[in-house]
Amino acid sequence: MRVSMDLGRFERINDYTWRIPQSGNMRVPGIIYASEALIREMDDKVYDQVRNVATLPGIVKASMAMPDAHWGYGFPIGGVAAFDPKHGVVSAGGVGFDISCGVRLIKTGLKRHELEGRMERLADTLFARIPAGVGSKSHLRLTDDEMDAMLTGGASWAVGQGYGKPEDLERIEERGRMEGADPREVSERARVRQSPEMGTLGSGNHYLEVQEVGEVREPTIAKAYGLDAGDVVISIHCGSRGLGHQIGTEYLKLMAIEAAKHGIHLPDRELACAPINSQIGRSYLGAMRSAINCALANRQILTQFTRDVFADLFPHAKLDLLYDVSHNTCKEEQHIVDGEKRTLFVHRKGATRAFGPGHPDLPDVFKEVGQPVIIGGSMGTGSYILAGTKESEALSFSSSCHGAGRAMSRTQATKKWQGDKVIADLKGKGILIRSPTMRGVAEEAPGAYKNLDEVVAAADGARISVTVVHLKPLICIKG
Amino acid sequence: MSEGDNWRHFSHDADVGVQGFGSTVESAFQNAALALTAIVMDPREVRPLEEISVECTAPDHELLLYEWLNRIIYEMDVRRMIFGRYDVKIDGDRLTAVLRGEPMDNKKQDLAVDLKGATFTELKAAQENGRWVAQCVIDV
Repeated sequence: MRVSMDLGRFERINDYTWRIPQSGNMRVPGIIYASEALIREMDDKVYDQVRNVATLPGIVKASMAMPDAHWGYGFPIGGVAAFDPKHGVVSAGGVGFDISCGVRLIKTGLKRHELEGRMERLADTLFARIPAGVGSKSHLRLTDDEMDAMLTGGASWAVGQGYGKPEDLERIEERGRMEGADPREVSERARVRQSPEMGTLGSGNHYLEVQEVGEVREPTIAKAYGLDAGDVVISIHCGSRGLGHQIGTEYLKLMAIEAAKHGIHLPDRELACAPINSQIGRSYLGAMRSAINCALANRQILTQFTRDVFADLFPHAKLDLLYDVSHNTCKEEQHIVDGEKRTLFVHRKGATRAFGPGHPDLPDVFKEVGQPVIIGGSMGTGSYILAGTKESEALSFSSSCHGAGRAMSRTQATKKWQGDKVIADLKGKGILIRSPTMRGVAEEAPGAYKNLDEVVAAADGARISVTVVHLKPLICIKG
Repeated sequence: MSEGDNWRHFSHDADVGVQGFGSTVESAFQNAALALTAIVMDPREVRPLEEISVECTAPDHELLLYEWLNRIIYEMDVRRMIFGRYDVKIDGDRLTAVLRGEPMDNKKQDLAVDLKGATFTELKAAQENGRWVAQCVIDV
């Protein structure tokens, strides 16, 4: 049974920052970035999960949760936690099953009016040529050697295979290739599961969406991003597919069994973790980084499929990447803690990295304004592009939210809505939906999600990111 | 789809909990598997055109349930099949089962969502009030 948050257990630092004091087995305090309204709506389990993460060995500074935090697996969804490399742990539960699920934003050079009279054909063509939905597969099949190359090369490998352009890589986190991947740590089952799925969108809340830039809130940053009101852009939201899911499944179990051998008490089995400096910790990092590369390669291939569609229908369009961000990862990063530069392993579970202005890892084009942070919304309500802030480094290890989270279960949504009616209603508002599943559409109905406006406003208020533009949905290909 | 004769779904924010009930641990595992299928489509509409056999082992019933449900998810993914009937035998730490179903075809079936994995969240395989309950949350 859902129990709402009891604010009496928090210290209110400011309107958007709530502290759980360190107590019991907690090694650090908890911090939730949210408005009072948002935190009151959160399930009480978020409090428990933030506290549980705070008990893990080697955690640094605080166990954090973003404004969209909700009940997850061990870590809350929207959880951020950084660990010392010598004394800390890496957690398969702190990354999740859909390793490196993320969003990329592609500009088109088109304006909204250029789609008039051509929207239905664009929707139908994208639906025909983007593999989406349960059981979908693409024409790609990789040999063992190609699979290894993909797992180490990521989007860089995909570009080498003809999927996209070298200049795309500058616009992807890690320049499109996660270092430290070790395909030897990826099981045969994970590879078999991935085999037909390269270049597929998946299902559930995964989508390809054609959007229009609406309200511009930060004109200077929008200009640096090359975005203007009325621009047509495309978002692709998906992850590492079957490979990531299998890696998550296998390592969650391994770590849950191994934890006690390393003297780690798990308040929740789903917090399954291992010392970073252990065989299983190193194995997981090698596998997880391989899965990150798989996700980056997957989104790169889907980008090429999308470019091919636009080349046929809008030959003058120029599809250039804005940025590609992931939100289920553990990354080795440099951060300042108590005035000292430290290497930390930062888990972001349903949270997005948000490097601010001046960060050395950013491409030159973003150095003055901070990186784009792409936040997907529901089919009907639209999405946002935010920018990382300088303050987010000290506040949240340069992290922000990733989406709104569900307001109700899938079962409740299917009782409340019917897929064909949702599609008809959205069509009446000028939004075209294409999906192979009506039940899936009902489950993803706009009303099934929380209000994203409040989430991004709270992120603004907490200064962990700043809202740049709103994106209005035009066409949604939902898996 | 949220309830059958001996299974049900329960809410977990972003994902779905499955529960199977039965007079034996095997029947609870079978019914938890039907609840798993029901996340994707109505198991009563799955035709038993093909069958496969699987086996898995684990040191206790909870880990065995985790293995069992994740094995079904794996087989669904790699074979591109959906299963509507499960016959389970458990002998000590070993589970053997026959799964019956048909190929997935999203042009003919309304396949709602992919299953990513069975989790440890709310994981339970135990006797309660005179019957076996097998449950956990499924990441979708």
